[in-house]
Order: sequence, then C-alpha cells, then structure tokens
Amino acid sequence: MEPMTVRPDGQQDAAGGCACAPWKASVVAELAEVVQNRAVNGEYRHMVVHCSAEAAAAQPGQFFQLLCPMPPGEAPFLRRPMSLYGAFPDRRQVEFLYKVTGAGTRGLDMLKPGDRLDIMGPLGTGYRLDPGLRHIVAVGRGAGLATLAPLARAARLNGSKITAIFSARRPDLVVSVDLFRAEGAEVITVTDQEQTSGPANVERILRGLIAEGRCNAFYTCGSSRLMRVQQRLAQEYGLPGQVAMEQQMACGIGLCYCCVRDFNVDGAIVNRRVCWDGPVFDLMEALP
Amino acid sequence: MSMNVDLAVDIGGLRLKNPVMPASGTFAEGLDKVMDFNRLGAFVTKTITRELRDGNPLPRVVEQPGSLINAIGIPSKGVSHFVERTLPHYRRYDTPLVVSISAPTTEGFASLAAELSAFPGIAAIEANISCPNIEEDGKAFAMHAGATERVTRALREATRLPLWVKLTPNTGNVPEVAQAAEASGADAVVVANTILAMAIDLRTFKPCLGNIMGGLSGPAIKPIVLRQVFQCAKAVRIPVIGCGGIATAEDAVEYMLAGASAVQVGTATFVQPAAMTTIIDALAEFCLRREIPRVADLVGGVLIEEADERDLAWLDPVAAS
Repeated sequence: MEPMTVRPDGQQDAAGGCACAPWKASVVAELAEVVQNRAVNGEYRHMVVHCSAEAAAAQPGQFFQLLCPMPPGEAPFLRRPMSLYGAFPDRRQVEFLYKVTGAGTRGLDMLKPGDRLDIMGPLGTGYRLDPGLRHIVAVGRGAGLATLAPLARAARLNGSKITAIFSARRPDLVVSVDLFRAEGAEVITVTDQEQTSGPANVERILRGLIAEGRCNAFYTCGSSRLMRVQQRLAQEYGLPGQVAMEQQMACGIGLCYCCVRDFNVDGAIVNRRVCWDGPVFDLMEALP
Repeated sequence: MSMNVDLAVDIGGLRLKNPVMPASGTFAEGLDKVMDFNRLGAFVTKTITRELRDGNPLPRVVEQPGSLINAIGIPSKGVSHFVERTLPHYRRYDTPLVVSISAPTTEGFASLAAELSAFPGIAAIEANISCPNIEEDGKAFAMHAGATERVTRALREATRLPLWVKLTPNTGNVPEVAQAAEASGADAVVVANTILAMAIDLRTFKPCLGNIMGGLSGPAIKPIVLRQVFQCAKAVRIPVIGCGGIATAEDAVEYMLAGASAVQVGTATFVQPAAMTTIIDALAEFCLRREIPRVADLVGGVLIEEADERDLAWLDPVAAS
C-alpha cells in the first residue's frame, strides 16, 4: 500500500489520493478519577478509575503506564507499568490489581476515591481470541492472575468456554476466582500451602483437560515453570498458546529498548520489546 | 489577540516549522499513537550503525531523583533495515527527517553518511560522536577537539546533506570541541548528550546497570547542559541545538535564551508521552504573552550586564585561552 501524505491540517494530500481522517490519538495520557482503591486480601489492592473512552477500550493483556503519586520521602521518576485487570467501555472505567512492593505502588496505595491519577494507555499487544475457539485454558500464578482476569468476559463474549488454573502461595491469596466463576468459568486453584501447585500436578490437571477436549489453547501469565509445562504440552498435542511476559520498562511505548527479552523464532534468538511487541507473545517463542 | 507567533527556525539552511524535535534514542514510530507527527519541528531517529548490534545486558535503565541513567547500548538492525523499513515510513509526513548515525571509526562515519545520502527523504545527518572511538582507545570522538575535527571533516567530504554534530558533555572543554566541529564544516552542533553516571544497588552491592556505567538524563541535568549551551553559543557562529533535561516550554525558552536555536526533548517523553507537542503549544503561548513575534527572537537573548562580562572568563575556557 502506498503511504499517504497528510498535511498538518489533516486534509489529504493530492499524492495520497485517499480520504484520510485527521490524526487522532489512540493512546492518551490523562488524569483519571479514582473511583475505588481498597484491599481485596492480605496482599492485593483493587483500584477502579474513571477514564476516557480510548482508555476504557483496552483489551485483555494490554497495560497502562501509571504516573504514581509520590509517597513521603520517595520520588519515583518513571511511570509504572500495570496490567489491565478490567475494562468497562460502557461506564468508562478501567481497573487494576496491584501489590504494594516499591515506591510506585506505595504511592498508588495513598490514593482515595475522588483523587486524580495520570494514566497512559492502552499499551501493547494483548491476548488474541480466535473466533473458532471452543474451550480455552487460563493458567496463572501470583500477579499473573490479574493479567488473565479480563479474559474471562472476553472468552464468554467470544463464545469460548474457559477453565482457569490459578496458583498462589496460600488459598487466601488467590484472586479473581469469583470474577471468573461469574462469567461461567470453571476455576481450579492450586497452592504451595496445600502442596498442589507443583508443575507435576498442574501438568496432570492439564493432561486431563486435554483428554476431555477442554483445551484448544493455552493462555498464561506469571510463572516460568508453568509456562514450560504448557510449552511441552502445546508441542506434544499441537495446541496454540499465548503468554504475557514481564520486564522492567521505561517509556512503555517502544521508544527506549529498555524492556527487551530474547525469543526463539524458528530456532533463531530474536530480541523483542515487551512493551511494544508484547506483552503477550506466542507461547512457543517465549523463553523463561 | 491578533498577533501570530512565528515558530519557525533556521538550522544552517534547514527550515523547521518550530524548534522542537525529539532527542535521538527517545523516539520511534509508535509515538504516533500519542501525537500528530506533522506537528514536530523535525524527526530525529534512533542512532543507526552499519553493524548489527544487540545492545547492552539488562538492566538497561535505573531511576534517580529527577533523572534516569540508561545504558541501552544502541541496538541497531543495520543500514538495510533502516532504508527498507524506517525511511519509507517517515516519507508520509511533511516533517524533516534527521538521521542519527554512529560508527567506531572516522572512515566508518564517512562511509555510512555517504551511503545514506543516496536515499531520498533524509533532511540532515546528526553524527553521534559521543560514542567510543576504537582508534583512540575507546574514548568518545567528542571528548577531544582533534578527533572531532577529523571525523567532522571526513563527514563533510562524504555528504552534502546538512550536518549536525552531537557533542558529549563528558569533557572539560565543550566550546573548544564545538569550534573544532564548526571549523571542519558542521552546519550545527547538538549540545549535549547524557552525562556519564553510575548507581549501586545497596541490597546486592552490584551496579544497578548491566553495563555498570550509563548516561544520566532528565530534568536534573538541565542546569549543567544549559551552561554548556551558553558557552558553546558564544564560541561558534553555527546554530546550537540544546538537548538536556527539557521537559517544559519554560525549559525550552531558557535554552533558547542561553543561545540554542532549537531544542531536543528526550527523557521527558518517557514520563509525558505528548511532551513535545505540549511544549510547542506552550512555547507559542509564552511568546504571545510576552509579545515576542518570532520564537527565533529568543535565541541568545539572555541579558548579561557589560560589567559582568569581564568576570565570565573564568567559566568560559575558550575566552580564557
């Protein structure tokens, strides 16, 4: 396709020859209003913000860059990447689930309903749900459960059944179980405390689902060990899969090459930007 | 109000519709999701090299108060990727494209500039001579006037495109290096680059960056680089492009008053992605409010009493020598 030439006023150039619309932002940095920010268990906090239509159009697996308020005595300089926990275009809200671990999240922790938070997004390439998928499996651990959460509703809207295997250290730390069940998903929880979270047990569960025809694709986030189990099974049974990856970020929009990771693409090691080429990647190309 | 502010500036014969452009390494195609690219004064690409480069080991950035240290390491997909993929992408805009290049040798710089000059769609070359020169024991070209003179002359002979030379702040006499670039045919100097820096993790006692050292950028370095721009603008007749910690229109005005003809915005984009277009709008408002008809009227406008000039010698190495 010929590149089109756009004049600063947005009118098309004669050489371009197509009726192109004026430029419009698809990623915005805006001051969203905090609607809710409270603890859901001993570790995780749930924040809901009211935002623009562009931000609320975020897709599962995408993320936002949050400019966190400064906690006393600390001055986080960069934005903090945060997975989308939920997006609701109808009421123009996005939700985040976070654990207080550093200066940025300590700043988020201070926010109260009515406060403003500078959010930038939606960013990155999210999970793809092909229309024909009958039954998918979501496997997550720790903070990865938050990243997987928007898949529950997306799968229902896509007509795909979903089985979730959620892993955590203790049963009280498993999040989004109710959210998945409300969307008609079956949720299996495995924990370190109950000694059910080892790769061998998860593999046994997954093999059972595959045997019953309840796994046409893998969706995962939050555990290298569980990712490797799924890669092996995907290889063995010829199943597709997608994984959301993490990496320290600076710009969040593909400019700085801070968040690169190695991927195995047809046997060659290739460098990719997690913020721009991902954070969701093909399961078989991901390296732990 | 009826007054129109003229934002256009002239950089050694290249006319820019406004003086705001990205700093190399902080700009890519993806930013068009955030801002209208036709509004920028110029595009400046990430530095391209002839050789394929992976970049540095991770971690590549670490935050500091009001700043950032990076050691990305100029990952590059080489010249053909640039010519086949990047260059065509930018032809759809009417904003001039400035291509940042780097090489480990004088001859490498010259041959890369010559090769690129054959392709349409490049408005100027920015030579990033802050990189290590393997012919001088890894010291950056721009640390010494001699190496700067040699590489600039080779570049001048290799290309007829406007030639901008990007200097390093990591040397004792930046104005002398700027003069060397001017004498060898540079059309403009970019002052400056990141300041060599380091941070150590107190939990692990290891350096925070995979490359051990990196370059400091962001608002914290603005006063240092502003001073260097002031010194360079006094030392050369070619335009000086200011680059160091600019995050607001006020920062840009300060740089222009110190002698910068245009400014580059880098790290600010990582925090506020629309920083450049915000600065352009606020720059026009500033000029309107202060009844300055042309933004170019700001250049070198810092008011220094004649009596003070005598005392400048101690901080102006060129005047002192």
